[in-house]
Amino acid sequence: MLLDYAPILILLGLVLGFALFNVLISELLGRRRIALGKADAYECGATGVGDARLRLSIHFYLVAVLFILFDVESLLLVPWAVAARSFAAQGVGATVFAEVVGFVLVLGIGLAYVWRKGGLTWDR
Amino acid sequence: MPDSTTLLVWLLKAGLIYGGMLGVAAGMTLAERKVSAWIQWRIGPNRVGPFGTLQPIADGIKFFFKEEVVPRDANPVLFRLAPMLAAVPAMLTVAVIPFAGDISIAGVQTTLSIADIDMSALYVVAIGGLGVYGVILGGWSSNSKYSLLGGLRASAQMVSYELSMILAILSIVVMSGSLDLREIVAGQAGAIWQWNIWSQPLAFVLFLVATFAETNRHPFDFAECEPELVGGFHTEYSSMKFALFFLGEYCAMFVMASLTTTFFLGGSEVPFWADAPWFVQLGAFAAKTSLFLFLFLLVRWTLPRFRFDQLMAIGWKVMLPLALANVFLTGALASLGVYGS
Repeated sequence: MLLDYAPILILLGLVLGFALFNVLISELLGRRRIALGKADAYECGATGVGDARLRLSIHFYLVAVLFILFDVESLLLVPWAVAARSFAAQGVGATVFAEVVGFVLVLGIGLAYVWRKGGLTWDR
Repeated sequence: MPDSTTLLVWLLKAGLIYGGMLGVAAGMTLAERKVSAWIQWRIGPNRVGPFGTLQPIADGIKFFFKEEVVPRDANPVLFRLAPMLAAVPAMLTVAVIPFAGDISIAGVQTTLSIADIDMSALYVVAIGGLGVYGVILGGWSSNSKYSLLGGLRASAQMVSYELSMILAILSIVVMSGSLDLREIVAGQAGAIWQWNIWSQPLAFVLFLVATFAETNRHPFDFAECEPELVGGFHTEYSSMKFALFFLGEYCAMFVMASLTTTFFLGGSEVPFWADAPWFVQLGAFAAKTSLFLFLFLLVRWTLPRFRFDQLMAIGWKVMLPLALANVFLTGALASLGVYGS
């Protein structure tokens, strides 16, 4: 039932209203004092050197890609997880589970490969 | 189109539960300071109201009137958008948590949750996962090195532990055969030993650890990590925008504690009293949830912080294989018909 989701929209309205109110209210109410260096990025009191548009460690990218891989994997497991017990009731539990094992095994080998290659080692 | 009574009940439930969550979040900021004071042999806030109980309200009013500092080099749009993106998903996830069973409001029979949808476990994961955008955009848009590093670390940590969390939920879903949180709770009705914590102890531990990582709490608070990164991704934030990040974090803590209760401690089920009235169920839910909320505080003020490489190593090399193995084992048992059908 699509209508079951309607109360979430009500909550979304409340939450967005609250968030917008909070972001705008102190722009309106807060006092402003202009001071030299106040708008600089914080750097422990020293004068800043350059900005923060830096090149990032490739590890963060790797983690993101690995996350997507395993996230999609777990999402594909959801329908099986819901139906696992009814499969067992219909007597096809073992067959379906064997297929799931095959599916996860491929990704498991992938994880082992990344591990072996040092993709999960951070301090390198 | 629903009739006006249904609409009114929806509005009432949304308002009450959302207001209640904000109240708990505000109370948690006070509890955090009181518990830390208690652990460190101090008094803690005791000036505003009796025993400092009005401190959160005073803090809120103070935040309203604080100056808004936007760094010169920051991206002005994303800088203002990020606190909202961090707080909104955390607050939205509360929509599906069943706080109590059947209740009749103005003649309408309903459950005490904002929305009764049948894929609520998936909804929680999907919406909760969006919180990472606020963190990384807040870090990047500030154009400060501390913010950038904090945002990157926090997002890497959140996505890494989300996997273990999803897999821990999956093994619960296999057990109960439903993505509906109400069904998962109903499956744990009856005695205390019906709770999932006994049949899924590994999933419970994995989920609990993941909740700490997902909410950026100690011992996983690399997003802030004061000695290294000052304030992490919210270093440059001030006034109410700063408060919004924190409100989001405390709401996420509340939701995570509620989810742990729902998945593993039988949610609103009262042991040995199947048809308890709704307020007893709500009380049981509150008691179980406050246990985990207190654990958040206790852990923060007793344990030291990990190193970031340790955190990533645990997430990928320990938690993920264990969670996969747990889903495997649960799936194998379920496929053999051990859990019935």
